[in-house]
Formats: sequence, C-alpha cells, structure tokens
Amino acid sequence: MQQDNNPSDIVTENLAKSFGTQKVLSGFNLKVARGETVAVLGRSGTGKSVLLKLLIGLQRPDAGCIQIQGQEITTLDAKPLNEIRKKVGFLFQQGALYDSLTVEENVEFPLRRHTTLSAEEQKNRARELLRSVGMDRDAEKMPSQISGGMQKRVGIARALALDPAIVLLDEPTAGLDPITAAEIGELISHLQQKHKTTSLVVTHDLLGAKRFSNRLLMLDQGKVLFEGGFADLQHSKDPFVIRYLKDAGEG
Amino acid sequence: MPIYASLALVIASVFAAGREIYPQQLGVVESTIRSGVTGVFAWFGELALFCWRLARVAFAPPWEGAELIRQMDSIGSKSLPLVALAGAATGIVLSLQTRDTLTQFGARSMLPAVIVFSIVKESGPVITGLIVSGRVGAGIGAEIGSMKVTEQIDAMEASAVDPYKYLVATRVLACIAMLPLLTLAADFCGIFMGWVSNTLVQPISLRLFFETGTKGMEFSDFLPPTFKTTVYGLIIGIIACFQGMRTEGGTEGVGKSTTSAVVLSSLFLILADVVLVRLIQVFYP
Repeated sequence: MQQDNNPSDIVTENLAKSFGTQKVLSGFNLKVARGETVAVLGRSGTGKSVLLKLLIGLQRPDAGCIQIQGQEITTLDAKPLNEIRKKVGFLFQQGALYDSLTVEENVEFPLRRHTTLSAEEQKNRARELLRSVGMDRDAEKMPSQISGGMQKRVGIARALALDPAIVLLDEPTAGLDPITAAEIGELISHLQQKHKTTSLVVTHDLLGAKRFSNRLLMLDQGKVLFEGGFADLQHSKDPFVIRYLKDAGEG
Repeated sequence: MPIYASLALVIASVFAAGREIYPQQLGVVESTIRSGVTGVFAWFGELALFCWRLARVAFAPPWEGAELIRQMDSIGSKSLPLVALAGAATGIVLSLQTRDTLTQFGARSMLPAVIVFSIVKESGPVITGLIVSGRVGAGIGAEIGSMKVTEQIDAMEASAVDPYKYLVATRVLACIAMLPLLTLAADFCGIFMGWVSNTLVQPISLRLFFETGTKGMEFSDFLPPTFKTTVYGLIIGIIACFQGMRTEGGTEGVGKSTTSAVVLSSLFLILADVVLVRLIQVFYP
C-alpha cells in the first residue's frame, strides 16, 4: 500500500492490453514504491516486455491508468511524456544500441540532447558509466564489434546516463555468463542502495531476482499470479508457481 | 460510354454466373480485391498521418544540425560519383543518337542546343532523381527498417528523442537540399561529355559548343527544371522513411521495405514529373 512517507513511483490500475484477439494484460494492478526493486517473472510471451513499454508510453494501453511519480501518462502529449521519459532509464531485451554510433556515442546520445554538459563532461560521464559496467575499454568500438552480452551492458550504461529516478530493465542478465550476470545483479543492487533508484526488472533469472529484488511478481496469462518475497514464493501453493520453481531448480 | 456500360454489364454477369458455379473461388477473388483496395487506402491514410507528424516536428527546435549535415554528406557527396557518371552517359548517348537524325534533316548545327536543352530540361533532373531514389531510397528504407525491427527507434523514443525529428526530418531535408545540387552536377557532366562525344566526330571548342547550346535559353528554361528536383527529394525522403518506419517482421520485413522504398519513390517521382512539367509549362510558357 502507498504510504505518505514512501510514495509509489510506478502505479498501474486495471491495465489492459491486447494484440488482436490475444489478451496480453488484463486487469493488471501494480505499485512499486520509491527506491524499491521489483522483479517480474513469468513465462515468455506473458506480457512482461509489453508492460515495460506501456510504462514508458511506447505503447498505449487499451484500458486502465499508469502513473509515473504521481503523473498519469496514458493521456499525455509527446512533450510532457518526454519529460517523464527523461526520468526513466530503459534497457531493451536485445540492447537496442544505435548501430551507426560507437559504444561511447551511444551512451552520450541522451546526454547530448538533455543536458547542458560540455562535450568533455559528456565524454567523462559516458566513460564513467561504461567503467561501471566494465565496458570502458571498448568505448571506441561499434556495437557490431562487441558480443550480445557486452551490448546489454552498454545498454545498461545508456539507460543510466541521465541519472534516472526509475529504471526499467528487460531481461538484463539473459544470455550472459554467470559471472557477468552476477555483476549486473550487483550493479542493480548498488543502484538501489546508492541512488535509491526505483527498479522494475523483467527477468527469468530467479537466482538473480532473489539477490537484487525486494519483491517478486509472477505473471501468467496477463494477470498477477503471485506477489511477495522470495520466501513466500517458495511456499506458494499455486500449481503454476510450484512448476515454475521446480523447472528453475528452486522448488 | 455505351461501350463502358456494356463492359461493366458483361463483368457483372460473369461475376453473377461465377458466384453460382464457383462460389468459393469467387469469394477468394472478391476478398483479395477488397483487401487490396482497402490496403491502398490505408497506405495513403498512414502516409498522410506520417506527413502530418513530420510537419509538426520538422520546423520546431531543437535542431538536429549535426545529423542533418551527416545526412547531406551521405545523400549528397556520396551520390555524386554515380550521378555524375549517369549524367555523362546520358550526354554521350544523346550526342550519338541525335547526330544522325539531325544530319538527315540538315540541322546538325542544332546538336549542341538539343543536347543542352534536353539534359537541362528533362534528362538531367529525371536521371538524377531515379539514381538517388535507387541509391538513397534503398539506403534509408533499409537503415530505418532495420532500426525499427531491432527496437532502436523505440530506444530513441524511450530516450525522449523524437525519431521523426532526428531520423526522418533530417533525411527528408537532406534529400530536398541535395537533389538540385546533384542535378547541376549531372547537367554539367552530361553537357561536357556531350561535347566530348561531339568533338571527337566534329571538332568544336567547348566555349562555342556551350554558347551555341545555350543560345535562346532563358532562366525559366533552367531554374524551374532544376528546382523541381526539390519535389523529387521530398518524395524520395518521405516515401523511403515512411516505408522504413512501417517495417514489420524482422529481416524479411526490412527487405520488403527496402524494395518498396525504391519502387514507390521511383514511381511517384515519375508521376510527379508529369505534373511538374505541365505546371512549369503553365507558369513559364
């Protein structure tokens, strides 16, 4: 529940989204408190990525409300929506780096447009962000010259460029080796502890989610099946949750 | 008119009879025609919305000057060799083919004028437009299309940067600005190589060739045909970006966008040429 001393950064009410006859989300309610990290779990194709895109206005819901830091975004025009977007960092599932720009220019891209930093300061900031994800040595490379996992790390650096209050991460650890995945998990925890960033992380990495999230959310067929801590998840009687945990080796 | 009425009656009768004999097959034909017609109207509707959205952002700050210059280089400078070559080839062909015809009519002295007028008024602009539509239309369609399917356009929007301003407006403006300049290059190369081709058979100084060729030519013969290519640039830029932005379905979709960007921009360019030539005749008789 929302408390006055800890307001919710992300609130959705009765959110619904369909593509043709396929219902992706239906009656979806979510509250993420400021500074909280929530992991969203579920099978592929259950609307997790769509949820993130709805939260940043890349797609419009069929019904329901979305509030980001108390502001309703479903009815906003492009300009005020862009002001909200500046407060939100977004990591795409495949990184979505601009392939005509170098790694460093990718991170500088939002800085160049939304800050008054000098070219030198932008460069330093980009290098600092790349260092935090272990990619500073590859700053001059093009995205096509680095691996998928590296692209994802650069994507995280780009998502953090504007010091966002909220970060939305779509499978940040998928396709990474266990060591890098753990490092990314630590980075997410670090963000939460140091900057009090609110994070919503879509993931299949149950172990990672256990480490970096305060709360877990399990989606199935467009609805929230489970909401709570990791210990509660393990004691859930829901057959889908039991099967999910068993198949993930945590049952 | 009675012919058309009879034809319509015959087609309606064939459909009516076909409906009785082959109801399923005719249903497929009907639905294909219906979806085809709907698709054309939907395409024009989407294009109008696209242009409206583009017009709203193109002339409002912040300006994407660096990207505009980058695109002008990519569309202009890098198309120059191809356009110059095509212009030169046109000049040579015109010289080779019209020489004999003009000689037959005893009008060989008119050769420089025929080459200069036909290149400046029509061949230069159209050849430039078609070459740019092939090279740049394909490039823009493929680039924006692949950015769309790899979520780079979404990433741009998520970074609070309008892709219509950053990607589309810069490319369309660069096409509009570069087409007349490329046309001038094609005209120059065409006339020059027309002279080279001519002078190999019948030596004539370049100055005399040019003076004879441009004798009687007014600014109204030169400026409107050159500046009509801004419309070609607008068509190439808009169609290529539009096809790129509506790409769906992975790499196969990118391929389709690229092809349709070239085919549609070339087609609309030729259709626009018909209208523009008529308009120029009306306003500069």
